Amino acid sequence: MLHLFRHSLLSMIGLALILLVVFIAIFAPLLIQEHPSYVEVSTDQGTTRVEERWDINFENKLLPPGPEHYFGTDDFGRDIYSMVVWGTQISLKLCLMVVLTATIIGVILGGVAGYFGGKIDEIIMRVTDVFLAIPYLILAMAVAAALGRSIENIMMALIVVWWPQYARLLRGQVLSIRENQYVEAARSVGASGWRILFRHILPNSFSPLLVQITLDLGAVLLVAAGLSFIGLGASPGTAEWGLMISMGRTHMFHAWWYVTFPGLAILITVLGFNLLGDGIRDITDPKLRR
Amino acid sequence: MNDEIILKTDHLKEYFPIKSGIFSKVKDYVRAVDDVDIYIQKGETLGIAGESGCGKTTLGRTILQLIKPTDGKVFFMGSDLSKINKKKLRKLRPHLQIVFQDPASSLNPRMIIKKIVGEPLVINGVAKGADLEKKVLELLKTVGLTEQHMYRYPHEFSGGQRQRIGIARALALNPDFIVLDEPTSALDVSVQAQILNLLKDLQKRFGLTYLFITHDLSVINHISDRIAIMYAGKIVEVAPTKDLFKKQLHPYTQALLSAIPIADPNIKSKRTHLRGEVPSLIHPPSGCNFHPRCPKEMPKCSKIEPELKESSKGHFVACHLY
Repeated sequence: MLHLFRHSLLSMIGLALILLVVFIAIFAPLLIQEHPSYVEVSTDQGTTRVEERWDINFENKLLPPGPEHYFGTDDFGRDIYSMVVWGTQISLKLCLMVVLTATIIGVILGGVAGYFGGKIDEIIMRVTDVFLAIPYLILAMAVAAALGRSIENIMMALIVVWWPQYARLLRGQVLSIRENQYVEAARSVGASGWRILFRHILPNSFSPLLVQITLDLGAVLLVAAGLSFIGLGASPGTAEWGLMISMGRTHMFHAWWYVTFPGLAILITVLGFNLLGDGIRDITDPKLRR
Repeated sequence: MNDEIILKTDHLKEYFPIKSGIFSKVKDYVRAVDDVDIYIQKGETLGIAGESGCGKTTLGRTILQLIKPTDGKVFFMGSDLSKINKKKLRKLRPHLQIVFQDPASSLNPRMIIKKIVGEPLVINGVAKGADLEKKVLELLKTVGLTEQHMYRYPHEFSGGQRQRIGIARALALNPDFIVLDEPTSALDVSVQAQILNLLKDLQKRFGLTYLFITHDLSVINHISDRIAIMYAGKIVEVAPTKDLFKKQLHPYTQALLSAIPIADPNIKSKRTHLRGEVPSLIHPPSGCNFHPRCPKEMPKCSKIEPELKESSKGHFVACHLY
């Protein structure tokens, strides 16, 4: 499959960007200059939770980029380079978790609705419609606000708003694929409904799903950063890109580096996923497969 | 061939509901198969011929219970397929198989041939592991393919080869009865002949019984022992192939057979041209389905539906003329 990428320069760039981001995420502990410390904080429910904290040093406040601090420091004297690199892991984990969980829920519900049809289909699809009827950003904000500020809660909120489109997508796929004669052939040799669904229908609906997943990884990252920006995401002090931009916006005119580097990180990652998604779409289009 | 009847339908009906409105109220029905009585003897080939959209394919699928019949019975080896439960039906499935019209869409594009042909064996617990491989290879050889084809995907094959794979899959469970749903209509003429000959050989070797569905009358002449002519969801004439090509009773059959092209420019064809169109299966004409187009229409044709009656030995016709 990889050789097909060579036909498209943009998808090659997308692939390279994503590989770079993944590399940074994996080797983040080795790449950073300063390391976070861990503190126990008590939550609203009376339990304790471990949180990441970055050492505050007001003497180094808002230093411009230089050999000491590659990307400069923020208004608490924390190293922006280390936080941006560290944030790669957080962001990738977040998008992967959200998109994969949403995909699994969507595939199961959409697959069952499309294949078995009838009453089950009606019930699942009407529930899906209810979720789709509410603007997804508003719904995510409501869920995130109700659950409280943390990365885990933002994941929950995004999963809640993200699965319905996968259920729709998959239902449509299943509806068209189950009309193929190989499905009927499988039934005529005595295959059960579940076998037909998992062996014949789902593997054939995989390509559009893959495209959607790749494009959504970028979209989820943007929405998560947006939620953090408006103060509904990660708790203050976390190395989350959206949160960092939010904190830096008051210093934008005298410390350009504060918002620029987390912003670039988001740009590169989202761009990478989008180019890769487009590339995969082109590759899986049978008309391009000669 | 002996006289043992392997499969018989009794007033078989398949109506597809047309739904409309917010409450999905059933407004009307498409009468794709309407009151069909046919029987098939062990080891013979019964051809079903008719125009596109007359319900031939639906008839084949209804017989195999791939779609549940609306009404009527299908008797196979003593049991009524339309009445038995899912479990028993799945036990009987190995005896009844189907080869599809379009070999491109009847093979899962994401499965290698070994998996496709082996699937029936795996599902029914016939073979596993090395044994499965041996059986699949045997099946591929039976239909004229080789070992090197086992690990390829369907798109790597030609149309004729794909149809051979479809036949191999149908043969996997040693069936008694196979529905051939226009197995050659998607193929070139030269390949058609190969597939037809293969089917004939297999029939002799394994004592298979075929229901051969086609709109191609020269093909059906080549392969069938008996032919049933279908028009607008109903069987209008059934006769042994030789009899039918010698003497057609039903006016529709006469018109249909006169439409076979003759490969000789000097022979002037005596084609019977029919007026009008094939009737809608939603609102079929009253009485005999064919009366609005029939050149020999009589007053009672629009009132009374003719029944399928035996006019001479083995030759059945549904027409008021006889």
